[in-house]
Amino acid sequence: MDWMKILSAIGIIAMMVIIWPSVKHATRNSPKGSAQDWMAFIKPMLLVVGFIILLIMLVR
Amino acid sequence: MQMNTRVLGRRAQSVEINKVLRNTFILLSMTLLFSAVTAFFGVVMGISPMVGLVVDLIALGMLWFVLPRTANSSAGIPTIFAITGLLGFGLGPVISYYLALNPVIVLTALGGTGAIFLGLSGYAMTTRKDFSFMGGFLMVGLMVVLGASLLNIFLGIPALALAVSAGIILVMSGLILFEVSQIIHGGETNYIMATASLYLSILNIFQALLQILGAFSGDD
Repeated sequence: MDWMKILSAIGIIAMMVIIWPSVKHATRNSPKGSAQDWMAFIKPMLLVVGFIILLIMLVR
Repeated sequence: MQMNTRVLGRRAQSVEINKVLRNTFILLSMTLLFSAVTAFFGVVMGISPMVGLVVDLIALGMLWFVLPRTANSSAGIPTIFAITGLLGFGLGPVISYYLALNPVIVLTALGGTGAIFLGLSGYAMTTRKDFSFMGGFLMVGLMVVLGASLLNIFLGIPALALAVSAGIILVMSGLILFEVSQIIHGGETNYIMATASLYLSILNIFQALLQILGAFSGDD
């Protein structure tokens, strides 16, 4: 086990511990989205996925 | 009379929101330019990955413990520049690695990150949709991605590393929509904190894109 791995793991664990209160707060207090709201989120995400596939094809 | 007061109140709020949005984008472009300069020095100086990691951890420590205490004062500006400068410098070894592999990967990842950010922030601004409903979903997604990347430090599975990178891009893209929508709807009034959030999303998308493009280019 090298120091890089140990330091990276400590960094990620610290990040998880620090953001945990925000995760709890967000999951409890976020308003519920309608089907239309989720579609407004899914559409740009599909475009991002398509764009990344295009970038992969460009560098291949 | 009451209606006039309400209209004036709404207009004042709209002016304040536009101010936060403008200040965020100005500060974001300045911090991105600054971190590009420090990243250049990181590459030229040929810093080791260990130094890069330590610099990143120092920057994250400042982000968690110093920035929230200084974001409401004038000390917030030098703090955000220090954080983004350190994160840029820490990126040196990663950029050096991919430049040696194939410089096209770095340029494509840079352009791709810029296009994703501009596209998503433009979408959130033009639709003016309130994405606050995504808060819980994105936070859980972030925890899942962090958990998977922690696991993969010890397992070292290439396919899992790629899945984590893809997950990071999707979660960070969602966070860009969320943050821009928060600014537009008055949920985020501190432009320094908004800049930090958007900067981290951009940086993470860039690093994840580098990994994905590096893996699929056939050079990795």
